[in-house]
Amino acid sequence: MTYGIIQIVLFLSVVLLLVKPLGWYMARVYENKPCGLDRILGPVERAIYRLCGVNPTNEMGWKRYTVAMLAFNAAGFFVLYALMLLQGFLPLNPQHFPAVAPDLAFNTAVSFITNTNWQAYGGETTMSYLTQMLGLAVQNFVSAASGMAVLVALIRGFVRRNSQTIGNFWVDLTRSLLYILIPLSLIIAILLASQGVVQTFKPYPTATLVEPVTMADGNSVAEQTIAVGPTASQIAIKQLGTNGGGFFNTNSAHPLENPTPLSNFLEMLAILLIPASLCYTFGKMAGDTKQGWAVLASMVIIFIGLLALCCWSEQKGTPQLISAGADLQPSVTQSGGNMEGKEVRFGIFNSALFATTTTGTSCGAVNSMHDSYTPLGGMVPMWLIQLGEVIFGGVGSGLYGMLAFAILAVFIAGLMVGRTPEYLGKKIETFEMKMASLVILLPICLALIGTAVAVATKAGQAGAFNPGPHGFSEILYAYSSASNNNGSAFAGINCNTPFYNFTLAIAMLGGRYLFKILVLAIAGSLAAKKYVPASAGTLSTSGPMFVILLISVVIVVGALSFIPALALGPIVEHLMMIGR
Amino acid sequence: MSDNAKKTKLFDWAIVRPAILDSFCKLSPRRQFRNPVMFVVLVGSVLTSLLFVQAIIGEGEAGPWFILGVSLWLWFTVLFANFAEAMAEGHGRAQADSLRKARKDLVAKKLTNPRRDSSFEMVLASLLKKGDVVLVEAGDYIPIDGEVIEGAASVDESAVTGESAPVIRESGGDRSAVTGGTRVLSDWLVIRVTAESGNTFLDRMIAMVEGAKRQKTPNEIALTILLAALTIVFLVVTATLLPFSYYSVLQAHQGEVVTITVLVALLVCLAPTTIGALLSAIGIAGMSRLSQANVVAMSGRAVEAAGDVDVLLLDKTGTITLGNRQATEFIAADGVSIEDLADAAQLASLADETPEGRSIVVLAKQQYNLRGRDIEKLGAKFIPFSAQTRMSGVDLDSRQIRKGAVDAIEQFVKSRGGVIPDKVRLASQNVAKNGGTPLVVADGAKALGVIHLKDIVKGGIKERFGDLRRMGIKTVMITGDNPMTAAAIAAEAGVDDFLAEATPEAKLELIRRYQAQGHLVAMTGDGTNDAPALAQADVAVAMNTGTQAAKEAGNMVDLDSNPTKLLDIVQIGKQTLMTRGALTTFSIANDVAKYFAIIPAAFALTYPSLNTLNVMGLATPNSAILSAVIFNAIIIVFLIPLALKGVKYRPMPATQLLRKNLLIYGVGGLLVPFIGIKLIDMLLVVLHLV
Repeated sequence: MTYGIIQIVLFLSVVLLLVKPLGWYMARVYENKPCGLDRILGPVERAIYRLCGVNPTNEMGWKRYTVAMLAFNAAGFFVLYALMLLQGFLPLNPQHFPAVAPDLAFNTAVSFITNTNWQAYGGETTMSYLTQMLGLAVQNFVSAASGMAVLVALIRGFVRRNSQTIGNFWVDLTRSLLYILIPLSLIIAILLASQGVVQTFKPYPTATLVEPVTMADGNSVAEQTIAVGPTASQIAIKQLGTNGGGFFNTNSAHPLENPTPLSNFLEMLAILLIPASLCYTFGKMAGDTKQGWAVLASMVIIFIGLLALCCWSEQKGTPQLISAGADLQPSVTQSGGNMEGKEVRFGIFNSALFATTTTGTSCGAVNSMHDSYTPLGGMVPMWLIQLGEVIFGGVGSGLYGMLAFAILAVFIAGLMVGRTPEYLGKKIETFEMKMASLVILLPICLALIGTAVAVATKAGQAGAFNPGPHGFSEILYAYSSASNNNGSAFAGINCNTPFYNFTLAIAMLGGRYLFKILVLAIAGSLAAKKYVPASAGTLSTSGPMFVILLISVVIVVGALSFIPALALGPIVEHLMMIGR
Repeated sequence: MSDNAKKTKLFDWAIVRPAILDSFCKLSPRRQFRNPVMFVVLVGSVLTSLLFVQAIIGEGEAGPWFILGVSLWLWFTVLFANFAEAMAEGHGRAQADSLRKARKDLVAKKLTNPRRDSSFEMVLASLLKKGDVVLVEAGDYIPIDGEVIEGAASVDESAVTGESAPVIRESGGDRSAVTGGTRVLSDWLVIRVTAESGNTFLDRMIAMVEGAKRQKTPNEIALTILLAALTIVFLVVTATLLPFSYYSVLQAHQGEVVTITVLVALLVCLAPTTIGALLSAIGIAGMSRLSQANVVAMSGRAVEAAGDVDVLLLDKTGTITLGNRQATEFIAADGVSIEDLADAAQLASLADETPEGRSIVVLAKQQYNLRGRDIEKLGAKFIPFSAQTRMSGVDLDSRQIRKGAVDAIEQFVKSRGGVIPDKVRLASQNVAKNGGTPLVVADGAKALGVIHLKDIVKGGIKERFGDLRRMGIKTVMITGDNPMTAAAIAAEAGVDDFLAEATPEAKLELIRRYQAQGHLVAMTGDGTNDAPALAQADVAVAMNTGTQAAKEAGNMVDLDSNPTKLLDIVQIGKQTLMTRGALTTFSIANDVAKYFAIIPAAFALTYPSLNTLNVMGLATPNSAILSAVIFNAIIIVFLIPLALKGVKYRPMPATQLLRKNLLIYGVGGLLVPFIGIKLIDMLLVVLHLV
């Protein structure tokens, strides 16, 4: 257990150490200042603009920016959808997978353009190499980049004064890809490959089993097909871009997707790297790095609190495991605790840490099955998603979600100190409140209403494999995950049905694009405002008081919205489990 | 605003009784719709009432008495909210009534020509048009707002200001504006009408304090949006609980699906009804606190802006210093005894009726025991101050005693063959450097010494500026003095900055500069030349004694004409915002306890394990739900005094203030309902109501 804690401390320290350099670098990139790489990639960038006919100095108002973002994502959707339907006729399909079913292709295309990466399919049994690389991996890059672009636009809204424009979407998109996502992915992919993550175009090899297995139906199996493919390159961006869509069905629990403790460490690091560093970028661009640290501190504190609950609950195990004779005591040879659904090579702490990391951000990659967690341990990932994916959150999307909470927090705080509220020198008025309220309300409503529709209909009820509160948790988790663009699932739910494919896709679309439009509207409105200088009467938004307030607002909104639902799911399951 | 109105108790029966009646009148859905939170409660009340009727018929989803209990308390919740608003309006109305007494239908002497000696006809004041000219003589009421174009008179303005001492109103200058409903005590005035009936100062004042014309302020709208968003979230939370419960019952094979009554109860408990109910009362009460301070705001927006102001422009005279300079010290020239100087200074000032002159006599008497003498008996001749000589004094026997500015006396002394000694020159320079005004006293050709006239900074003003600084408000002193004097007084009073040798243009320029930097500027003013600056400032308080132009340009009028009032106005603005913030926080924090009461009650039949969450140990599911609903309703009544009086405000930095208010209203809001709901539950059990 001590080792577990040491690993967590080590992990968070490495993340926090990298925040400043990477955050600084990204600020340079977005402010279009020399960042080092521009000496090599500058010509490439300019060539791209020339090729696409983009004038990089052409600034956009928030509406144009929104239209560009939506149009780009819509185009991405159609390409991906077509690829999946046509993969049978296209090259790089050594396993000869047929076309993906239309409802599944629709769900998957939506899932990948929205940075959700909800997977109603098994990768190694459904998608050709071409679909994986040209379709899914490309969307992994661009959906992440468009999230970052929207964040940068919002930051510009805070920074600019009396301005009608918030930047150029094409430039923000290109720079995110060229200077940040591609170089980082390259590094991570090589490091992962060094750990044994497979990277090949060859068809699936077969291996002769050392010991043939006799199946339930009496047939003896002596051979196993081993799924391989161009994995390392896709896993790097899957983590970095908080996408989460695994190459293989079992995601990062698969030994060829996440083979060693070091690869596990790298994959977790890759998830948090950009979302955490963007906080610094935000502070840097806003001209006061303390602002960024305050937001990051709020995230880290909530993260550690919930991680502790998850670790504690998983390590403690369940009374049922004890009565079944399992040894829950951690020792040198075993992790103890509730190991169901977890990989032995990761143990309790690295599984819990991965689960918390992947759900606090909107990543959704998993290295253990959340469905098999103890009720409280499993509630942690679910609630982290329901908090709105703001505890680090997705690349870009996490911070802009958190800034919406910050707007709410300064509004309440401003009232309490007798001033009409302002944040970073911008007055928060009716329009911003309207948009920020909608931003916070939207995913909550989508998740709850989606769940309600599912539990009230036969089609929805049919999906859950488990009876009682756990079945309810599975459905609630699915809609929370889709609405907040996480993409992880409580397994144990059959969601590759037209009903789930369709309703979850709606939740993903709403949770992503309505949200983004609202954020860009805030950006536009803020950019047009004048700057209000700070005084002693202005509430500091970089001090501990603000951190406490921001944490309270996030927790209170999340708790008040989901306590009743959670009470009927994990909470009652826990109470029943401990025999109350 | 008579003194009676000021002393009105919070729960005066005369206000409470009509307020109770009014609570019912306000039930109309159209009025409720303006407040989304309370509208939801109203819909809930109607819905549960229908469910009760259904239950009586025998088809109810729950026991009729339980549904009735919930329904009644939901109705009470709406009524209490109406009551809070009616109470706030009632307080305003009490003030309006005393104002309205002044607005009798008066008769005016309308002049055919704008001259005193012109003939006039008697017309009703309400028929007067803008630009008409009327005559008002001693004993007459001034019929309507206007500007004096001829004459001077003492006017009793107590009907408007509550101040019984008469004031002088005269043509020209800064005291030419008169208000309808006030009475001329002596002499006569010829007045040009500046406002028509229905749009006079008094009319606007009445409308404002009554809250009739009250529009939601921008901040109130933003808060309403937040509250509406929260209500929508809770609407979704409770509505989705129905299918959730249905599914749970299906899975658990026991218990019953949660009833609509319970869901409505949960929704009303969760929705921010406390702040929703008190929101408009807080706004009205803010206006009425302002009018209790004898300030009339022309819009609620101005009151809120006052809370945001971060630069105050304050006139030196009257705000920072007492109106007049006072003699504080005699400094004798070499070879002159201080008593001689004091004696000469006193002689020169005996007949000087200016406050400065009187203060010299007083100082001589206090410090050197020189008694005042009768100038007539001495046979002395008083030489009054004139613009040419710029000095005053007496001729007594052969002595010619003069006092005046250094250069004026120098001329006087030189013309008689004397010189100003260096010590006297140095002393006067020192006095000036310290912010004082030096007066040199000369007896014929001999300069006797210097009198130090000092601007007396008001007691306690420095501490007040210190408070303002900690609130993040910058104070800027405006004065016509030279920069050196201004700097000295600024330092003594502790203001942050000053504008010396101020002209109206310089003032306007200064305001524009601060606004360009993003500051919100407040100022006071009374003269016509202040009008441009008043119009430019974000919060502009015109003195009631000021000109019509100043009053028109400002967005508030101070009836007491006390420039220091600006500080109170800022405080009231902040208080109004803080009260909203505090009650919003309290309202939201309350929800935690309500969950602990209602969730186990609603779902324990399906999942008995959930009874573990009944941490308050509430007796039965029905008592738990009723207790939460009752608590939710009566907390509104308990908080009415807070809404009307505003939360306590002491100047402190924002972070400290936030910490304090979060502790009181956030943590308090978390804990109070646990205790309250438990107590109500115990009471219900004792009374056998559940």
